[in-house]
Amino acid sequence: MSRPAAGRRGGDARLGVNPITCRAHGLCAELLPELIGLDEWGYPILAASPVPPQLLEMARDAVAACPTLALRLSGAR
Amino acid sequence: MVRVPRATPHQVMAAAGQARPADPDSPYRLLAGWVDTGRPADLAAHQRRHGPLPVPAYPGRAGPHRLIGVVDRSGLRGRGGAGFPTGRKLTAVAAGRRRPIVLANGCEGEPASRKDHVLLSVAPHLVLDGAILAAYAVGAEEAVVCLHAQDPLADTLRAAIAARSGDPVPLRVAEVPDRYVASEASALVNFLNTGDPRPTAKPPRPFERGVRGRPTLVDNVETLAHLAMVARYGPEWFRRLGGPDSPGTTLVTVTGAVRLPGVYEVPLGTSIGQVLELAGGAAEELQAVLVGGYGGSWLPLPSGGGIRLTHADLQAAGASLGVAALVVLPARGCGLAETARVLRYLAGESAAQCGPCMFGLPAIAADLTAVVEGAAGRRGGAVLDRLGGRLEVIRGRGACAHPDGAVRLASSALRVFGTDVRRHLSGRPCPWAAGGPRLPVPGDAAPGAR
Repeated sequence: MSRPAAGRRGGDARLGVNPITCRAHGLCAELLPELIGLDEWGYPILAASPVPPQLLEMARDAVAACPTLALRLSGAR
Repeated sequence: MVRVPRATPHQVMAAAGQARPADPDSPYRLLAGWVDTGRPADLAAHQRRHGPLPVPAYPGRAGPHRLIGVVDRSGLRGRGGAGFPTGRKLTAVAAGRRRPIVLANGCEGEPASRKDHVLLSVAPHLVLDGAILAAYAVGAEEAVVCLHAQDPLADTLRAAIAARSGDPVPLRVAEVPDRYVASEASALVNFLNTGDPRPTAKPPRPFERGVRGRPTLVDNVETLAHLAMVARYGPEWFRRLGGPDSPGTTLVTVTGAVRLPGVYEVPLGTSIGQVLELAGGAAEELQAVLVGGYGGSWLPLPSGGGIRLTHADLQAAGASLGVAALVVLPARGCGLAETARVLRYLAGESAAQCGPCMFGLPAIAADLTAVVEGAAGRRGGAVLDRLGGRLEVIRGRGACAHPDGAVRLASSALRVFGTDVRRHLSGRPCPWAAGGPRLPVPGDAAPGAR
């Protein structure tokens, strides 16, 4: 609650995926290629590093676009 | 029937946390009764040896918390594969707002392991004591012993539960489908909640939200048996055997090319070579040992024989203790062919929920099979490159650790059997590749399968 500043900078925002609900639609990798790649079967491989602030908005778009709501962003405010 | 007086001297000592086992320095702790008598311990025999349930040693509102402290100081780590500190898990479950549930995991889905079966057969009340004590420690309303459906042990345990009286928490048996991943902690919780025996995504982890939404402690039955001893004899006694990072004894399942395959109890820190000697020594010339079960790692023999069974030593050697199963591969066996077979089995045991597991494991199994069959020339190199790439990207991407174990096994095979990889790829497969399986998988009608 007391760390909105860090959230705005994106310092501790991380992408995660629910591997069970993910159906390899691949929209996330289209929308955020800087942080998300796809394996040979079409499933996302996420960058282990935090989401940098300049990509936070696009990360939110990718999360919102996931048809199965499998992609999530944690630690962002 | 032997009547147990209300306050034996034993119980009084237990109240001080100072009860002493018959022989405090014996390497036999969990199996002491079996080693002495050759008979499974019924309730009377169990209580003659260990005294009554030591709940009175942890009285009052602070008692459960004190018991957790004792387990924490013992350094006991889980015996179900992950090796997580038991005291920390108890603390996490007890910290939840709702009343927890305890699951004693006796499913033993790992084909290379037989130790839980042996323990539940010869010392069921030690496990039940552990489940009750864990439930007491975290304030649980119920303890459930999870076993495979159709396992005759279910009747053994139901009879053992019926023989007990005065337990502060109700005990029952739940029968779980006999699948490799069905005994993963979140799969047990999912099965008890919905009837679906497949793992679920984390978070939430079972300690946060498990059976009926309650914080759920899932501990391996051997872990709970050790806990029952720690609660009686104290953390200092527990640490008299084993090492600082891996205290106590452990049950080890030894199979493969040894003269006396079976389940043994050894102090942690015993070397792999010493364990193999205990199991009668080499039945023929040896080549390698698979440590930790089918999701474990190969180590070469004889050089790996000096490695000690502790979490730290095995980690330094690129392996992990897992469920402390050792499968010994003779020189007249093909480690690659064995690994490819096990990978095909593990691929078939995927719950088929997570893409990297449901597509990745069959792909790895197929690549390994191609290597074994000697994919010739440049195509062989391409197969190896592709396999290497696949082994890089799968780890950590499933809801459970099943794909990680399969990747660990395949990676270690490429490392330990590197010479064989080159031979197979150059069209000179070893003569043993076509031989009978040395590592049995369920469904095999192989001789020597247990």
